[in-house]
Amino acid sequence: MTLIGWTQIILFCAVVVALTPLLGAYLTRVFDGRIALLRPVETGLYRLAGVDPQREQHWLSYTVAMLLFHVAGFALLYGLLRLQSLLPFNPAEQGAVAPDLALNTVISFLTNTNWQNYGGESALSYLTQMLGLTVQNFLSAATGMVLAVALIRGFARASAKTIGNFWVDVTRCTLYVLLPISIVFTIFLVWQGMPQTLGPYVDAATVEGGKQTIALGPVASQVAIKMLGTNGGGFFNANAAHPFENPTALSNFVQMLSIFVLGAALTNVFGRMVGDQRQGWAILAAMGVLFIAGVAVCYWAEAHGTEAMRALGLAGGNMEGKETRFGIAASALFAVVTTAASCGAVNAMHDSFTALGGMIPLINMELGEIVIGGVGAGLYGMLLFVVITIFLAGLMVGRTPEYVGKKIEAREVKMAMLAILILPLVMLGFTAIAVVVPSAVASMGNAGPHGYSEVLYAFTSQAANNGSAFGGLSGNTPFYNLTGAIAMFLGRFWMIVPAMAIAGSLAAKRSVAATAGTFPTTGPLFVGLLVGTILIVGGLTFFPALAVGPIAEHLSMLQGVAY
Amino acid sequence: MLKEIRPALVTFVALACLTGLVYPLAMTGIAQALFPAQASGSLIEQDGRVIGSTLIGQSFADAKYFHGRLSATTAPDPQDSSKTVPAPYNAAASGGSNLGPTSKALADRLAADVAAAKQENPSVRVPVDLVTTSGSGLDPEISPEAALFQVPRIAKVRNLPEAELRALVDSRIEGRDLGLFGEPRVNVLKLNLALDRLGQNRPRT
Repeated sequence: MTLIGWTQIILFCAVVVALTPLLGAYLTRVFDGRIALLRPVETGLYRLAGVDPQREQHWLSYTVAMLLFHVAGFALLYGLLRLQSLLPFNPAEQGAVAPDLALNTVISFLTNTNWQNYGGESALSYLTQMLGLTVQNFLSAATGMVLAVALIRGFARASAKTIGNFWVDVTRCTLYVLLPISIVFTIFLVWQGMPQTLGPYVDAATVEGGKQTIALGPVASQVAIKMLGTNGGGFFNANAAHPFENPTALSNFVQMLSIFVLGAALTNVFGRMVGDQRQGWAILAAMGVLFIAGVAVCYWAEAHGTEAMRALGLAGGNMEGKETRFGIAASALFAVVTTAASCGAVNAMHDSFTALGGMIPLINMELGEIVIGGVGAGLYGMLLFVVITIFLAGLMVGRTPEYVGKKIEAREVKMAMLAILILPLVMLGFTAIAVVVPSAVASMGNAGPHGYSEVLYAFTSQAANNGSAFGGLSGNTPFYNLTGAIAMFLGRFWMIVPAMAIAGSLAAKRSVAATAGTFPTTGPLFVGLLVGTILIVGGLTFFPALAVGPIAEHLSMLQGVAY
Repeated sequence: MLKEIRPALVTFVALACLTGLVYPLAMTGIAQALFPAQASGSLIEQDGRVIGSTLIGQSFADAKYFHGRLSATTAPDPQDSSKTVPAPYNAAASGGSNLGPTSKALADRLAADVAAAKQENPSVRVPVDLVTTSGSGLDPEISPEAALFQVPRIAKVRNLPEAELRALVDSRIEGRDLGLFGEPRVNVLKLNLALDRLGQNRPRT
């Protein structure tokens, strides 16, 4: 580890914290309907759609609207994948995507996972990348954000029947938040060297007399929203390790920021909407504690390298699968950022990380990506843990728990547990099935404990809607395409529906004034309790699974065992 | 539920056209106008022919050139399209080795490459980036140490003084972005093009 490495990490945290209240203030205005720059466009769209922007929805209608929106998205993306060979903007003449792979890819992008069982530059046309994937990058991110805002409204409102209008929220989120930032971000990325062209792949005659076909495309416009919307699906197979998808260390730094800014800002939106910004800062503090701990372990492990490398006298850390321009610090930081949020973009191959370095991304996802998290998904995931924490705190003192003026009762706790339990069920359940199905075992790219870690990582990443991978696993098989699609679907919607039920039930409650007996939720005691609950409830579940994978691998590495 | 179908269709189609067609096409126009070189892939042309991209590494195997990172990219096997064969620096199918920390294949490869490198330059410690594959398989750069490590070999093959080659490498080192981000590095393609020019400009004795 180096001083300059840590300087980059600390600077990163500082910029995220500095941007949080600024963006938080802006987002609050957007979702309160106080930004009206494009009101004529909005009004026209609402009239065409038959939406009355003044009429708000009950939590159930809000959720149904969200689900119907996804049905439309499913139809378009599946159609594009299957028919791309007949459609324009296909200079590389990519053929139709097979049905099982197409299903996996559609669920992957609808759920904001962006798990990729295909290689972008060798499988998809420019039209599919733009009208298929870029669209879902925007809309799945917008969906995540508006659901978080709906849940926040549940906490903020009292004796209310409604939690907002889905169509209005999703339109405003796209028009006022995602699109403007993406436009500026795209121009920055092109300046840094990212291609943005509809021209065909270029054949270069190399210096040594060979031929190199260079894949190009409208990369920057997709990468901008891929990062900002914590989608993470690469234009190219190597994702953000590809020099065209992440040309410089500066583009790398800004991409990492863009993964975190909206998620972090939503904690501030929460604080503002419930009328006490300290509530938002307390949540961000708990996230920060878990984040810094993860970065420290991952950076240390990667800088330390593997036994095989040290035995050969190689210094400079584990550079296998990493890019020269980023080095160890920026690669380790990226890995933690992308899995703390539900982004899943990678600027280095996680499969080649050291056992402990690769365990941190795994743990981040197993906790449910509540450290900043996916845009929206992170905050509602974290608020579920808050509900459990408050409930535990209430049990300790024998008093009905309250949070930001709302009594937390049996219904909320049950819904929160329903949402929290789905992750271990899907992650561990599918892993257990995969390691006894011979065709699934044959997909492993590495032998020994690492092969098992590849499978665990695959289902963890998909259920958590992350999308990063231990890429040695050959995931493009009917088994992984179908089980993965189920894991992604359950991981997203089994969490959303209970979260919306909580939103509806909280909104309907009366607000109670804080008394001397109310547990304060803005101080270090609450932050500590929240972190502890996350680690015990979220983390302990996975300890046996980790012991068989990365921990066993680390111990065998120390013994000099290779597989 | 039925009454939400019209909003779902209209809102989806409108937002899809906006974000999936208007936005990427407009950005393509703006990018091509503002930064045409970058937007088209930072291509390098020589005598009217594209010889590569400054951002995309290419394979250098000849002893007279500086070599880049190892590349684990593959291409379909011409004999059997269901299999792949190694094809370093395949810029149409990026990817890494994905070999894990306890992989025997990785340990063996490292041992062989380190032994070969030590033979080439026994006096200096082998830089780790010279014997590891990059994440993309297309890394255009190596560390300054990895470039300097190769100077004795190239000096011998090209019959040039080592000091001159060292000066060439030094002049091509790019520092951290804004003095802070990432790592110092040398672009291998640009370095090798400069190396070829160095040979041309010198009167041979």
